[in-house]
Amino acid sequence: MLKQIEGSFAVAEAIALCRPEVICAYPITPQTHIVERLSELVRTGDVGNCQYINVESEFAALSVAIGASAAGARAYTATSSQGLLFMAEAVYNASGLGLPIVMTIGNRAIGAPINIWNDHSDSMALRDAGWIQLYAETNQDAVDLHIQAFRLAEQLSVPVMVCEDGFILTHACEQVDMPDSEQVDSYLPPFEPVQVLDPAEPITMGAMVGPEAFTEVRYLAHHKHLRAIEVIPELSTEFEHIFGRNTGGLIEPYRSEDAETVIVALGSVVGTIKDVVDEMRDEGVSLGAVKVVSFRPFPLLALREALQNAKRVIVVEKCLADGLGGIVVGSVRMSLRGTSTPVYTIIAGLGGRAITKKSLRRAFNEAVADRLEDPHFLDLDWKVIDHELARSQEKRRSGPIAENILRELGLVGGKPV
Amino acid sequence: MQKPFAIALDVGTSLANLTGSWRTERPVYVDLLPPCNHACPAGENIQAWLYHAEEGDYESAWRKLMESNPLPAVHGRVCYRPCETACNRGQLDQTVSIHAIERFLGDEALKRGWTIEPGAPTGKHVLVIGAGPSGLSAAYHLRRLGHEVTVHDAGPLAGGMMRFGIPKYRLPRDILDGEIARIVGMGVTVKLDSPVTDIPEQMKKGGFDAAFVAVGAHLAKRTDIPAREAGKIVDAVSLLRGMETGAEPPKLGRRVVIYGGGNTALDAARTAKRLGASEALVVYRRTQEQMPAHDVELEEALDEGVILHWLRTIKQIDGTTFTVEKMKIDENGWPQPTGEYEELEADTLILALGQSVDTSFMKTIPGVEIADDGVIDVDETMMTGYRGLFAGGDMVPAERTVTVAVGHGKKAALNIDAYLRGEQRELPEKHPAADFERLNTWYYTDADKTVQPTLDLIRRRTTFDEIHGGLDETNALFEARRCLSCGNCFECDNCYGFCPDNAVIKLGPGRRFEFNYDFCKGCGLCAAECPCGAIVMEPETF
Amino acid sequence: MSQRIKFYQTGTLTVGNRLLDAKDRTVQATLDRGNSLTSGHRACQGCGEALGARYVVDAAMRWADNRVVAVNATGCLEVFSTPYPESSWQVPWIHSLFGNAPAVATGVRAALRAKGRTDVKVLAQGGDGGTVDIGFGCLSGMFERNDDVLYVCYDNEAYMNTGVQRSSRTPPAARTATTPPVGNSSGNVFGQGKNAALIAMAHNIPYVATASVADLHDLEEKVTKAMGIDGARYIHVHVPCPLGWGSPPHDTIRLARLAVETGLFALFEAEDGEVSDVTHIRRRLPVEEYLKPQRRFAHLFRPQTDADAIGQIQSIADRNIEKFGLIGRNG
Ligand SMILES: Cc1cc2nc3c(=O)[nH]c(=O)nc-3n(C[C@H](O)[C@H](O)[C@H](O)COP(=O)(O)OP(=O)(O)OC[C@H]3O[C@@H](n4cnc5c(N)ncnc54)[C@H](O)[C@@H]3O)c2cc1C
Ligand SMILES: Cc1ncc(C[n+]2csc(CCOP(=O)(O)OP(=O)(O)O)c2C)c(N)n1
Ligand code: SF4
Ligand code: SF4
Ligand SMILES: [Mg+2]
Repeated sequence: MLKQIEGSFAVAEAIALCRPEVICAYPITPQTHIVERLSELVRTGDVGNCQYINVESEFAALSVAIGASAAGARAYTATSSQGLLFMAEAVYNASGLGLPIVMTIGNRAIGAPINIWNDHSDSMALRDAGWIQLYAETNQDAVDLHIQAFRLAEQLSVPVMVCEDGFILTHACEQVDMPDSEQVDSYLPPFEPVQVLDPAEPITMGAMVGPEAFTEVRYLAHHKHLRAIEVIPELSTEFEHIFGRNTGGLIEPYRSEDAETVIVALGSVVGTIKDVVDEMRDEGVSLGAVKVVSFRPFPLLALREALQNAKRVIVVEKCLADGLGGIVVGSVRMSLRGTSTPVYTIIAGLGGRAITKKSLRRAFNEAVADRLEDPHFLDLDWKVIDHELARSQEKRRSGPIAENILRELGLVGGKPV
Repeated sequence: MQKPFAIALDVGTSLANLTGSWRTERPVYVDLLPPCNHACPAGENIQAWLYHAEEGDYESAWRKLMESNPLPAVHGRVCYRPCETACNRGQLDQTVSIHAIERFLGDEALKRGWTIEPGAPTGKHVLVIGAGPSGLSAAYHLRRLGHEVTVHDAGPLAGGMMRFGIPKYRLPRDILDGEIARIVGMGVTVKLDSPVTDIPEQMKKGGFDAAFVAVGAHLAKRTDIPAREAGKIVDAVSLLRGMETGAEPPKLGRRVVIYGGGNTALDAARTAKRLGASEALVVYRRTQEQMPAHDVELEEALDEGVILHWLRTIKQIDGTTFTVEKMKIDENGWPQPTGEYEELEADTLILALGQSVDTSFMKTIPGVEIADDGVIDVDETMMTGYRGLFAGGDMVPAERTVTVAVGHGKKAALNIDAYLRGEQRELPEKHPAADFERLNTWYYTDADKTVQPTLDLIRRRTTFDEIHGGLDETNALFEARRCLSCGNCFECDNCYGFCPDNAVIKLGPGRRFEFNYDFCKGCGLCAAECPCGAIVMEPETF
Repeated sequence: MSQRIKFYQTGTLTVGNRLLDAKDRTVQATLDRGNSLTSGHRACQGCGEALGARYVVDAAMRWADNRVVAVNATGCLEVFSTPYPESSWQVPWIHSLFGNAPAVATGVRAALRAKGRTDVKVLAQGGDGGTVDIGFGCLSGMFERNDDVLYVCYDNEAYMNTGVQRSSRTPPAARTATTPPVGNSSGNVFGQGKNAALIAMAHNIPYVATASVADLHDLEEKVTKAMGIDGARYIHVHVPCPLGWGSPPHDTIRLARLAVETGLFALFEAEDGEVSDVTHIRRRLPVEEYLKPQRRFAHLFRPQTDADAIGQIQSIADRNIEKFGLIGRNG
């Protein structure tokens, strides 16, 4: 059923259709609308037999989910940014214990400086925490990926993060084709845990494992992700059968087969990139794009295949590894191992800076001309940087950088001293 | 369940990890010798019978007690209770009133008519000479061992000094009679008024395979006191004996002086009081502390109005006037004359200077040795120099008490049994002592000793009614439960509960515990928290 | 709380007592006790925590007819009981993290509730570090929501598993690896202390109690009582650690007892935020008796006696005695 709906609400309603038994949440922008709506849905009885727990921290939120999942309940939580980092220890723990929790990440930058706007620093910080990470381009994606996420998680006993861009998706009102409960029920069977805390059949969960078996334990986790590479497309196909939509999968190529230059990206920016591709194609530039849906596990082979005809690859990503450059690009390069295809990195949209078509076009053109520096910081204000670097060179106690920049930009009064 | 590898485990699998290998010391259950048992001349396993009494199982308690002592009702009254002197509880609050529980059990047995079965007949026949406590004890134990027993006694009634020495007010005769009757009832032949004069002859004549002689010490010791005009002088033993046999109580007069400081002196004084003497004055050479009489008895005598005149010797008698010299104690603890004199007035003088053994009929027996102080020598099996003739009680060198006499009777019986089988008696191994220091007294609840009811003083001074009452059931139970069970497991479950490694296996009621050395790490908590010191840590040897 | 049975010869002071009615004996005294924490675990010799945990879980299991799920924080208890490939637990048990046991327990509870399994009881447990320090946020949240969880803290007064570092439960003057009595310092600081039970009470949860491995009857009664109550419950159990305290392994129970008898560890229980009962001191003793056998306090006695520090510790004990009324008719 098509519905004009805010992204967060769409996701909340999709979660409700998945009949989680325990939802726990701690508020943080931009995740708030999801959990607010869910609290309502639980109270109105729309989620069925579900316990909604308002916890005192994200650490507790995921811990509650861990306990719930270990006791055999379908468990869900959502967070963003600082919240994800605050629960970091539990993030690893959930995957280490093989608990199929689904968590929405409303992607947001990490402070300091504190910033509520979108980028991918949060989920990227925990990209190797053993969770599967699926990135949504649209709110339709977000809805569909959540439903697939529960199937995937429970089939493999591995937790899944569904990442959607804060504000850009969470707070955007768009048309979403909302599934109905029959569809979801036929796609998502009740949770059958492989291990459960049950007095009738007691087990010990979370043992201490030393060097004698730790590598094997870790390998088995790796193996699960390798399995996920196979399972994700299968689930996507099955999803299409029931819901009539082709969403999910590992990657989604867009006009890339014959493109000389292929842009790789994840999340909502892919939409903008597709527009730019269309425009530039019209102008005769051989451009295509590949959307990475599953960032963890990273679809090395699928991507390699998708990029095999490309002469160059550009990775657009909303995160930064200081001193190195991109994060996503590392994985992309790995998928191109042994080829000589040049790969460019564009760092864009940090802390919510708008990624405009215009800026993208400019950068893409530079890349196509093989003139783009790597990494390239989209729309970086060099004037500010140069001035600030010079100033701090002069004076050791030069004051807070962020504030100085704001002054420099004239956004707050007075010039920096 | 398809558990994930390594991070999820099957329950209880650590049983594969035998932590016993960590141990450098191992706990071991022991049964130590409780001080009461150690002190009991009759060899009673007091702690063991109290264990049953604690549970209210008085018959089992009594039967356990009867394994050693056939006269609990008597002992509960007259024994000087060396067990209580030794009792560890005395260091905590007050000693356990062992005698009171013993008396309760003895009385209970008489009331309920509990009996002991004799042993399977062995075909052997033993002659016992003397039906005092020692002879009776020997007879009893020999019967239990299945031997036939014939007892000869010179007197008209069995009991020896229990009857002809110890006054009624301390030992009512129905009690004594009851306990003797039970022994006789086991098939002991008792021949009264039949003194034995020639033991070897008697043994041969009667076809006895062995004999036990315990004729006691009956001859009153005398002392020469210059007398210008001899007043009325009696000896204590005759006086007390007379109380039992004579129809008329002896006339002692208003004022009586008793010379001596032992229990006999006090019993004579207290009897004199009861017979109407307004003044009973005990004259003793040394200090009150040095009196051989037991404290309890002294205290009771004083309560009853007996007067004590210590550090005095009687120098001269002139009718009813006695000249006494004051004494002082020298640095060696001996009384020395001071040359100071005083005079006393008395109608009767009772001599209570001790008794000696009539050894005349023993001297002639080949091999029998008489020790310096006129007692019969015996070896560690209680056998005299004459093969097959054993002796015990007051007539052998030992403390002269009913309890020692009974202990001799038991020991002699066991040795006679071995002798009759042509064997050497195997002595049970001696357990180390359960000293107070070995106990963890925290665990014992605070509980003051139960006090026995006592007859009021007027009646104590005028009648021969028994002074002390017994405990009732509740009191006896309470008192039994004051026992600390020194050195012997009483199944408090502390070891079982306090072992962090579940290395103590509980075997079930009455069956105690076992260590599981597969898991015991040797921490020693069980030993430290065992209230009664029944666990010791020993160096590990593997 | 425990109505002390003065039934000679040992009444309820010993683990069992064959002279008592079966109902007055402890779970630990029973032939068929669960041994929820079974043999083969790797706790040090004489570990009070191993003991405390077995007491608590066995009692809980007895109450719930074995329908218990346990959640464990990181710490000695977790490490010594579940090193792969062996587990000492005989209950469904999960270890997640150091500081999240209360929340994990909440999750288990929520799951069971969602599944209609209200017959299953949830027990969470951790050391003093996992509870009073790093897990305190989660614990407070669990209390505030009044989640139906019994949380038990085994207080051995330091971070033992990591090698005896100070926790907020480490007593003043105690030596730990991070409070060495060197220079001018005499061990741990004399701070304000952190009485987790009182803080728990401030949440007005239905039941809070302190207990000691030295008083098994009292401990089991508290666990049993707590098990019968719905909502958040907290029991703080004092468990000596031979390794961390520098005490002989056989002294574990004695030290726990001395902590109670000196007044340093007050035994009480509270219902709905109010102290409802205290266990009186039986034989009051000066704090030296407790301090002396422990190497972590050795510097208070050698090379010379630190009367000042000992005096301050004594006044802590005195304050407890005063505050909780620890001297009673039976004391
Ligand atoms: C007044 C008094 C009070 C006492 N109070 C206590 C007390 O309170 N507690 C305590 O423990 N002890 C007490 N004693 C000591 C105790 O009574 C004796 O130690 C004990 O009775 C000795 O027992 P026995 O069997 O060796 O000899 P006895 O009891 O003296 O018995 C010897 C028996 O042998 C018989 N006999 C003697 N010669 C012959 C013979 N030739 N042939 C056959 N039979 C013979 C006698 O008739 C007598 O029956 C007391 C003693 C006296 C005198
Ligand atoms: C987040 C985190 N910080 C630190 C540790 C290291 N650590 C593990 S156990 C422990 C101490 C446990 O102390 P406590 O909770 O008192 O339990 P104990 O070992 O004393 O029984 C510490 C500090 C950890 N595992 N996790
Ligand atoms: S308490 Fe247990 S581990 Fe310690 S010595 Fe005793 S049996 Fe062994
Ligand atoms: S360090 Fe302490 S708490 Fe840890 S196992 Fe050893 S004794 Fe127990
Ligand atoms: Mg600790």
